[in-house]
Amino acid sequence: MADAKVIAPTVIIVGAGPAGVRAAARLVAAGLRPIVIDEGRMSGGQIYRRQPEGFRRPAAELYGFEAAKAEALHRDFDALGPKIEYRSESLAWNVYDGALHVLTGERSEALRYDALILATGATDRLVPLPGWTLPGTYSLGGAQIALKAQACAIGARPIFMGTGPLLYLVAYQYAKAGVRPAAVLDTSPYRRRIEALPLLAARPAMLAKGFYYSAILAARGVTMLTGVTPIAIEGDGQVASVVFQDGRGRLRRIEGDAVGLGYGLRSETQLADLARCDFAFDPVARQWLPVTDVDGRSTAKGVYIAGDGARILGADAAEVSGQLAACAALADLGRPAAAAEVGQLRRTLGRMERFRRGLEHGFAWPAHLAAGLADDVLVCRCEAITAGELRRAATELGAPEVNRAKAFSRVGMGRCQGRYCGLAGAEILAARLGVPVEQVGRLRGQAPVKPLPMTTEAVS
Amino acid sequence: MTGAIRAEGQFRRVAERTRAAVNLEVDGRAVAALEGDTLLTALLTNGARLRESEFGDGARAGFCLMGACQDCWVWTADGERLRACTTPVASGMRILTRGAPWPTQK
Ligand SMILES: Cc1cc2nc3c(=O)[nH]c(=O)nc-3n(C[C@H](O)[C@H](O)[C@H](O)COP(=O)(O)OP(=O)(O)OC[C@H]3O[C@@H](n4cnc5c(N)ncnc54)[C@H](O)[C@@H]3O)c2cc1C
Repeated sequence: MADAKVIAPTVIIVGAGPAGVRAAARLVAAGLRPIVIDEGRMSGGQIYRRQPEGFRRPAAELYGFEAAKAEALHRDFDALGPKIEYRSESLAWNVYDGALHVLTGERSEALRYDALILATGATDRLVPLPGWTLPGTYSLGGAQIALKAQACAIGARPIFMGTGPLLYLVAYQYAKAGVRPAAVLDTSPYRRRIEALPLLAARPAMLAKGFYYSAILAARGVTMLTGVTPIAIEGDGQVASVVFQDGRGRLRRIEGDAVGLGYGLRSETQLADLARCDFAFDPVARQWLPVTDVDGRSTAKGVYIAGDGARILGADAAEVSGQLAACAALADLGRPAAAAEVGQLRRTLGRMERFRRGLEHGFAWPAHLAAGLADDVLVCRCEAITAGELRRAATELGAPEVNRAKAFSRVGMGRCQGRYCGLAGAEILAARLGVPVEQVGRLRGQAPVKPLPMTTEAVS
Repeated sequence: MTGAIRAEGQFRRVAERTRAAVNLEVDGRAVAALEGDTLLTALLTNGARLRESEFGDGARAGFCLMGACQDCWVWTADGERLRACTTPVASGMRILTRGAPWPTQK
C-alpha cells in the first residue's frame, strides 16, 4: 500500500449544458479529469445551444441579453480541452450496478463511476389538444431550436400557445428575426402574474426582461391574450388556425400556419430513476422530482443531480447548481471545498428557488385542461392513444396508478417514454379516479431512456 | 394524407442562406438543402410533412426538434433508422419517409 499509486476517482457528468459545464470546470479545478457525456454534437445545452459550423450569426443575435453568458460558457468549456474526457453525440441510456451505459454510434459501453453527476436538463411540458399532431405544430422549445440552430421559422405566421416565460421569449425572438407571430395565447390569467410579483422580485433583472419582451411584442402589434382556454388546432393535413376561448369566454379563431406549444418545462429524470434515486412529489411544479439535499446530493450513493434535471430553476441556477453538485461530489470523495464557496453558492440558489415559486404561480400548469380533454383526443402521439382509452384503463380495468394504466392503455409506453404525454396522462387518470394527482404516482423511467439502434453492439 | 401541401414548405429560412448546397434524394425526389441543415430542416423547407404515423392518424412533421419525442424518424434506402431532427444532411443521402418498416428489424 505504501507505494501504491493513488488512483484518481472517476467522475462522470451527463449533460454539457450550463449545469454540466460548470460541474466539469469545478472538478477540473480540483485536479480531477471528469468524463462528460452529451447527446448533442456540440456543448451548450438548450439555452446556449450552438449553431452548426458554417453559420455566421453573432452571439448577440442568437442569445440576446444572454450573449455574454453564452460566450463565457462556450469559451470555458472549450478551454477544458484535454483536461476532461468529452464524449459528444453519446447517449447515456442506462445506469445499472454502479455503471453508466453509454451509446456512441452503434457501440455501447459500460462506464464505472465513483461519482455520477446528472445534468440532463428538461423538455417542454405539454397538454394535448385536438390537432396537436397536425404537421406545423411544434413544441415551444422546438420552435426556438429551429430558429437558433437552423435559422428557420416553423412557419410564416406562427401562433405561440401555452404558458410560461419561454412563450414570450420565443415569440420575441421570432419577431426580432423578422417573423411576426400571429398571436401569443397564454392560458394563465394575468392576475396570477400580479400575485406572483413579490416572489418574482427575487430576480429583478429576469422580471424586467419578461416585461421587455411583452412590450416589444405589443409595440409590434402582436395579439397577446391571457387567460385563454385552447380548444383545437385546426387544418386539413396542416395547421391553418387555432380555436380558443378568450378570457371572457368568447369563442375565437386565429389563423396561422404553425403553432409553438408549451406549458413550462419538465425535468428529464429517467437516469436518476434508473440510478434508484428516491423521488418526491413537488407540489409547486406538480411533478415528481428526485429528492436531493441543497447541494444536489441524491439518495443514491455517489449520484448527484444539477440544473433543470433536478428542478426547473433556469440557466443561471443551472450554472450554480452544477458547481454545488461538483463540490458535494468532491466532499464525498474526501476533497471538500471551502465553506465560504459552498455557502455563497447555496445563498444564490436560494434566491432562485423563490423566483421559481413565482414562475410556477404566475404561469401555472393548467391541470384542468388535461383533465377535461374529450375522450377522442390523442394523448399519446407515439401510438395514437386517446384520453378515452386511458380513462377506460382507470375505470373498466381498475388501474389505480399510472404504471398500471400504462400497461393497460400503453399511454407512456411509446417511444418518447411518456415525456410528452406522462404529466397530462397522470392528470386525466387522477381526475377520472377522483384522487389528487400525486396519488396516481409517476411513470417509472425505463432503460433504454431513448430507443437504441437495432444494431447496437456492446463493448466492454 | 389530405389537403394541399404548401409548395414553399412548412419551414422558412430567416437567415444563413449562403451556405454551400447539398443535394439529397427523398422518396426518389431530388431535394436541395444547405450544409449544416438537419434532415428535418431539409425536408420541411421543401415540403409540409416528414412521415406518416404508423397508427393511421395522418402525417407528421416532427415535434420537439431536440431528439426527445422520436416523431421524426425516417429511413435510409438500406433500412437504417434516422432521427431527422438530429441528423445532419450529407450529399448523396437517399431517404425514405413512407412505407417504412416499424418497428425496424434488421
Ligand atoms: C428547448 C428548450 C429551450 C430553452 N430555451 C431557453 C431560453 O432561451 N432561455 C432560458 O432562460 N431558458 C431556456 N430553456 C430552459 C433551459 O433548459 C435551462 O434554463 C438551461 O438550459 C438548463 O441547463 P441544464 O444544464 O440544466 O440543462 P440543458 O441545457 O438542457 O442541458 C442538458 C444536456 O444534457 C444532455 N442530455 C440529457 N440527457 C442525456 C442523456 N441521457 N445522454 C446524453 N446526454 C443527455 C442534453 O443533450 C443537453 O445537452 C430552454 C429549455 C428547453 C427544453
